[in-house]
Amino acid sequence: MAQTKTKGNTDIENQVIITVAGKDKVGIVAGVSNCLAKHNVNIEDIKQTIMQDNFVMMMLCDIGNLKITFKNFKDAMALLGKELGMEIWVQKKDIFDKMHTI
Amino acid sequence: MTTFNQQNILETIRMIKIHHLDIRTTTLAISLRDCCTSDTKRTANKIYDKILKYAKNLVKYANTLEDDYSIPIVNKRIALTPISLIGESCDNVDYVYIAQMIDKAGKEVGVDFIGGFSALVDKGFTKGDIRFFEQIPEALASTKKLCSSVNLGTSKAGINMDAVLKTADVIKKTAELTKKEDSIGAAKFVCFCNAVTDNPFMAGAFCGINEPECSLNIGVSGPGVVASAIDELDKSADFGTVAELIKKMAFKITVAGELIGNKLAKKLNVPFGIIDLSLAPTPAKGDSVAEIFKAMGLEHAGAHGTTLALAMLNDAVKKGGIMASGFVGGLSGAFIPVSEDAGMIEAARKGSLTIDKLEAMTSVCSVGLDMIAIAGDTPNSTIAGIIADEMAIGMINKKTTAVRIIPVIGKKVGEEAEFGGLLGTAPIMKVNPYSSEIFVKRGGRVPAPLHSLNN
Repeated sequence: MAQTKTKGNTDIENQVIITVAGKDKVGIVAGVSNCLAKHNVNIEDIKQTIMQDNFVMMMLCDIGNLKITFKNFKDAMALLGKELGMEIWVQKKDIFDKMHTI
Repeated sequence: MTTFNQQNILETIRMIKIHHLDIRTTTLAISLRDCCTSDTKRTANKIYDKILKYAKNLVKYANTLEDDYSIPIVNKRIALTPISLIGESCDNVDYVYIAQMIDKAGKEVGVDFIGGFSALVDKGFTKGDIRFFEQIPEALASTKKLCSSVNLGTSKAGINMDAVLKTADVIKKTAELTKKEDSIGAAKFVCFCNAVTDNPFMAGAFCGINEPECSLNIGVSGPGVVASAIDELDKSADFGTVAELIKKMAFKITVAGELIGNKLAKKLNVPFGIIDLSLAPTPAKGDSVAEIFKAMGLEHAGAHGTTLALAMLNDAVKKGGIMASGFVGGLSGAFIPVSEDAGMIEAARKGSLTIDKLEAMTSVCSVGLDMIAIAGDTPNSTIAGIIADEMAIGMINKKTTAVRIIPVIGKKVGEEAEFGGLLGTAPIMKVNPYSSEIFVKRGGRVPAPLHSLNN
């Protein structure tokens, strides 16, 4: 899945989950992964599922080599979501780890 | 390469996006014990400077965390050492001026509310306390973000009935001074029995005299998460199953608060104080404690069985939440404000929820009579009677109880008060029409209760 040659720092702080949800159509994965490559974000894992007739894709990414601020990256992804007609959320990963384990 | 569990991610996103899981408040508690001087202006300036010093980055850092985790932090607040203590060494202290300077500092740092305009008078008044009580209405009427609270009783000291009577006067006068805005001033004032020193929730947050220089307290919220989880259970699921489910949800909600709290405290370079294990509603649909009662199987909040439903909910929230945080404190439990909860408003409109039922519910909830609007012409002695009853429940049961009641000047039962924002909409509720006057005017102190022979 490595899209960039440089392996980012796998510090938990750099791990984000990108969730893409909406009606299934051609070009979602391509659109999202293109944008991630452009921002030097490495995809470490992808899972997808169908939830209430919606396509949902979750990506574990490393933003260690991100060239812009996290806020700007988030905004860029939200904008991409609008273009693709999908909802895209970017969140730091540790919230998911902590909330579901004792 | 690490990986992730997609079910966990979907559940978290559902909790945040659909069921309104949020961090209700990040409250920075700042001690003002080093701000006492003999001059009102100097004291007020010292307080102003200290607030700016510690809280200047609170909103900025909280917003960054909101972005990082896409979890809303609804309010950013400040809690101060009770101002009655800080101001009383000033000659001819002007508490209103101090209040206005605190409000100015609150605006400057961009917080939503700033609490601690408070006095602790459960055993009696000092000269400064009496002056403080006299100036509360004007202080509240001439500020926007300031919140005020007074502690009128404790299980150890009994109840200061002179203070109960004065408090009723304060509430009425504050309501009068803010009558153009449906008496909103009274919504920023609360009286307690057994007030806690690390509560992050308004209007009652203050920084206790036992608290450190500065610390961060967190209040979480997510009644919608609990309601939807119970709703998905089979209607024949037994009480043990329901309690277990609430515990699990409370754990998850609290972990989110613990995570954000620790990160924010680290950024601010202050110690993390406590997390308040709370289910605090907002007027938004689906963010309601009353919806939990419905999900449990009651037609409306207030129906017979509501007290048990609340007792079980409160207990399970504590049991589940306590495992999720190293430091638990504050008020911890389910809040039952009327105007701030869409389901409670609906139940009050239908007549299912009355003040009498609410009073019973406060014996098992986290705090007390909260955000209840009554007719503006309710006698002060009746308000004092309502407060006295609530103080009694707290004193005898060794729990925190409170009264935040709004006599809406110019409005009567059947009308509604509109406070806007988090404070919501309040149907004017009926109070008992018979007089408490001779009783409450006896004054003096109610002796502390016996702490054995518990029947």
